Amino acid sequence: MSSSHTYPHEPTGVETRKLGMWVFLSTEILFFGTLITTFMIFKGRDFPGMKLTDVYDIPFTSISSFILLMSSLTMVLAHNALEANDQEKTRVWLLATAMLGAVFLAGQIYEFTEFYHKGFELGTNIFSSTFYVLTGFHGLHVFIGVVLLLALWSIGQRQKGLTLEGGMNLEFVALYWHFVDIVWIVLFTVVYLI
Amino acid sequence: MFVKKILNIKNLKFAPFILLSACIENAPLDSLSPEGPYARSIDELFWITFWIAVGVFVIVQGALLLSVFVYKEKPESPEPKQIHGNTKLEIVWTVIPVLILAAIAVPTVQTIFDLAREPEDALKIEVIGHQWWFEYKYPDYGITTANVLVIPADKPVRLEMWSNDVLHNYWVPKLNGKRYLVPGQTTYLNLHADSPNEFWAQCGEFCGLSHSKMRGRVLSLSQEDFENWVANEQKNAIAFSNEDISLAAEGQQVYLNAGCTQCHVVNGVWDVQGDRIAPNLTHFAVRNVFAGAALKNNRENLTRWLANPAEIKPGTFMPNLELTESEINALIAYLETLK
Amino acid sequence: MTKIIEPKKQSNIFRRPSSETGIWSWITTVDHKRIGIMYGYAAFFFLLIGGLEALVLRIQLSQPDNNFLTAAEYNAMFTMHGTTMIFLAIMPISAAFFNYLLPLQIGARDVAFPRLNALSFWIFIFGGAFLYSTFIFGTAGAPEGGYLAEEVGWLGSAPNGGWFGYQPNAGMKYSPGTAMDFWAIGLQILGIASLISAFNFITTIINMRTEGMRFMRMPVFTWMTFAVSFLLAFSLPIIAIALFYVTFDRKFGTTFFLTEGGGDPVLWQHLFWLFGHPEVYILILPAFGIVSEVLPTFSRKPLFGYAAIVFAGFGIAFIGFGVWAHHMFASAISPVAQAGFGLSTMVIAVPTGVKIFNWLGTIWGGKLKLNTPMLFSLGFIGMFVIGGLSGVTHSVVPADTQQTDTYYVVAHFHYVLFGGALFGIFSGLYYWFPKVWGKMYNETLGKIHFWTMLIGFNLTFGPMHWLGLQGQVRRTWVYAEETNLAFWNVVVTVGAFIIALSIIVFMINWIFSKRNGEKAPFDPWDARTIEWTIPSPTPVWNFSKAPVVKSLDDFWHAKYGEDDEGRSVRRDSADQLLQELEEEGLNPSEDIELPNPSYYPIILASGLPFLGYAVIYYSVPLAIVGTLLLLIGGFGWGTEPLEEAIEELEHE
Repeated sequence: MSSSHTYPHEPTGVETRKLGMWVFLSTEILFFGTLITTFMIFKGRDFPGMKLTDVYDIPFTSISSFILLMSSLTMVLAHNALEANDQEKTRVWLLATAMLGAVFLAGQIYEFTEFYHKGFELGTNIFSSTFYVLTGFHGLHVFIGVVLLLALWSIGQRQKGLTLEGGMNLEFVALYWHFVDIVWIVLFTVVYLI
Repeated sequence: MFVKKILNIKNLKFAPFILLSACIENAPLDSLSPEGPYARSIDELFWITFWIAVGVFVIVQGALLLSVFVYKEKPESPEPKQIHGNTKLEIVWTVIPVLILAAIAVPTVQTIFDLAREPEDALKIEVIGHQWWFEYKYPDYGITTANVLVIPADKPVRLEMWSNDVLHNYWVPKLNGKRYLVPGQTTYLNLHADSPNEFWAQCGEFCGLSHSKMRGRVLSLSQEDFENWVANEQKNAIAFSNEDISLAAEGQQVYLNAGCTQCHVVNGVWDVQGDRIAPNLTHFAVRNVFAGAALKNNRENLTRWLANPAEIKPGTFMPNLELTESEINALIAYLETLK
Repeated sequence: MTKIIEPKKQSNIFRRPSSETGIWSWITTVDHKRIGIMYGYAAFFFLLIGGLEALVLRIQLSQPDNNFLTAAEYNAMFTMHGTTMIFLAIMPISAAFFNYLLPLQIGARDVAFPRLNALSFWIFIFGGAFLYSTFIFGTAGAPEGGYLAEEVGWLGSAPNGGWFGYQPNAGMKYSPGTAMDFWAIGLQILGIASLISAFNFITTIINMRTEGMRFMRMPVFTWMTFAVSFLLAFSLPIIAIALFYVTFDRKFGTTFFLTEGGGDPVLWQHLFWLFGHPEVYILILPAFGIVSEVLPTFSRKPLFGYAAIVFAGFGIAFIGFGVWAHHMFASAISPVAQAGFGLSTMVIAVPTGVKIFNWLGTIWGGKLKLNTPMLFSLGFIGMFVIGGLSGVTHSVVPADTQQTDTYYVVAHFHYVLFGGALFGIFSGLYYWFPKVWGKMYNETLGKIHFWTMLIGFNLTFGPMHWLGLQGQVRRTWVYAEETNLAFWNVVVTVGAFIIALSIIVFMINWIFSKRNGEKAPFDPWDARTIEWTIPSPTPVWNFSKAPVVKSLDDFWHAKYGEDDEGRSVRRDSADQLLQELEEEGLNPSEDIELPNPSYYPIILASGLPFLGYAVIYYSVPLAIVGTLLLLIGGFGWGTEPLEEAIEELEHE
């Protein structure tokens, strides 16, 4: 028994908070996995009433999907800017990412409203139930992402600006944002295309 | 009041007798006294597993107690040898359980498929679960009945089951294991009784307020008795004419006017299409139990039931019709004619 | 001169909390030990409530056709008994052990995310309070169109659809009112708490181990914490989504489990047990861990087959995800599925057996000190074996179709969760009592507790095997006199009151020993793991210096060598080492930086019940309040360390 080194000790060499973030995202996969599985199970079964194919507008959703994809690009640009310690550019790209996310959300709200007007409601049948809960759960993730981005942006307005270490970290938000984007690609394929 | 309730455990004074009698097969829902081939094959499998488990139990508890008595700390005990493990032992106590389990697995899998197989020439009966009673339909004979399932003895029957509301679980312990009744799906269960007898049934799955009172009876009859029963069930009830002034005829008027026909059917008395939500009463008097088999079919119970059904089965869909005493008596007289 | 670095006083919204004693110091604490203690007391409180509910159930069942409770009350009581014991008693008591011990066992100063740890705890408290507020606000009644002879009353206004919440019975049509909403949303909130602690413990174990604490040197309790955290992280998302579906079905008209809209009630069973079976191992693995610490210590021998026990634990955890349908053998599944899940269930018996044999190997040839923690651990083995063996009879599918939904199953899982998990927990409570309170518990009372509990437990749950096989169905409010089940039900009820008596003995012991117990030395048991190298009670800073670990059971090997025969021999230097450790433990020679207390965990957590009520009552204002609390808590949380960084720069 002897004591020599000091705290903190990270035997894996990975920063503890980043490790925590990865663990969090791995459980997120299970959240979406369960939702998608339910959706797939019921998709092939018989149910009364309308289907998504009766109401949807693929070009519209494709465009909003593209917008969300672009936001991943601006997120990367924000990260690069911060690595170069260009606070001005970081803030601009952060804001752009948040705005693209907000546009996607607006598109989703518009789409839901349209579907409702056409009679495809939450309780119409099992298909509509799974559809709204699945895409809505993703929408909630996008919303939380936008809030996080705006919070980062407002922190960036302060004197000292953003850093790559400490506090609410741009890297974590970026990780989360990319994750949410990737999930959408899966959802878009599963729900709309297949 | 609580204390009184706790102390008033009337069975305690009979405890010694009951202790003795507990070993006697007198529990109508006993799963260990099979009365048919399906239940018997399960029973055999259970006892094989049970005795293996007893063997393991004795070995493990024996080793536990032995080591406690032998190695209990004593003043003269030496410091123990520091043994960290033994790979050979690890392999042994991994492989032996695997072998034991494999021995259990083979008959298990075999029995699973034996029990699931549809028997040849089996009588088909539909079982429909309702909160809180079982409905039985015989599609081959056009019979609809409730609470008491009548089957031919020494012949397999095939139950096709579903639920009208929530999950239920059909269980006749002396004839077979349980099977769920699921809304929107059909499940199957085979029954086979050795000889003419009466068996108890019970809903196994929690299905709401009166789950505990969702019971049933299964009556196995000799071929002849069964055919007579079928012939009788296929008959309509005889309607009393309006001029009849007997008590039973008066009861029929109560039945027709108090609202019973909203939910119940008596074939031949009231011209209805399709199913109703409550038991078919055409041959009510033949059945020895009613109200989800929670009550024996007698005057006293019928009076209690008709006075306030929810008192006996909380949550029941049968309203309190606020019948007068004379209406209840008339109704009972009428029900007694439904043979 | 040593100093403990003071917390910073200023933050952007509130002053940084700075009290070190009193109620505020507990509310704002991020110290894993204090959080562990609070978890322990809260869980024990709920254990008492769950126990009371059980006693009420037993009074009702003590005679046939009893009317001590109404059907509605009975259903509410058994639902709350199960829900409370699983989610509010055993899981959080395990969390108490994890919190208190995990950092000590791996030589860390705290968990990876101290504030997240506080957040888990407060979410648990708010979740439990939310669930229990059903007795005040909840409503329940007969299914749509049904009649009741009497009012449901406050006791019956609790969730009444079973802890398993089978659909569609637990849906709005068949369980109207708000009680089942409290259940679904309450579990959702509690799930969040467990999920967050799972992230925290996984990260802590991977990344906060002290120097030399390799994975294969970790104490088994830490290993089991690790396994449980993975189980939580991968099973809770499933139940979270399933509970979302329930809430949506009940409140917003979706049809996930309703056949009318194309939904499927059996889907709920699959999702529920996909979570529910791993949950069983979430409840039992911590006890495995505790027992694996206690047995070697009081046998004065190393754990037999350390690696085998660790891998068996993970084997159980892994296979535990592949056996869920054995809860559904009587349900609408095919014979092929029955066979498959029957076999996988048999397979899981193998690693469980390996563990038991290794524990027996540990005590075999030892020098057994039969004090209270050891008695409970030995009792654990004995009782758990019974539960395990009756479990094997369940894997025999045809036999299970007779046993399922009867008291045989009730007996089985109480032998596992009470005889197993709870005996293990009591063993741990006595074992680490000196470390936590710096006092010794009373050995005589401890032994009385053990023996009364062992007798009461077996009287309660032993006859249930018989009752179940004789046809007593679970969740039944009354049973008919003709079923001839009365006698053994009386025995069971008497047993239940003996258990209650034993719990009172335990509480007396706890309260008096904590106040007047003998002062505990820091290594009262001549123990093996590094949490015993620090003073009792544990100082706020845990370790004065980060320990360096050289082997499994490091502390033991520092004290003992081995002679030629392999028997342990106390080293000459041992006494001096102990003296040094005590000296250093109380007077750290270097500066210690502790995580700062924070208000934000409790603020953030307090938002969740508001959101819960908002869903139940479709209330927008409540939703806004809840969201605001989340945002304030979240924003304050996110900027807290940042503010400090800025201040520090300004000071420079």
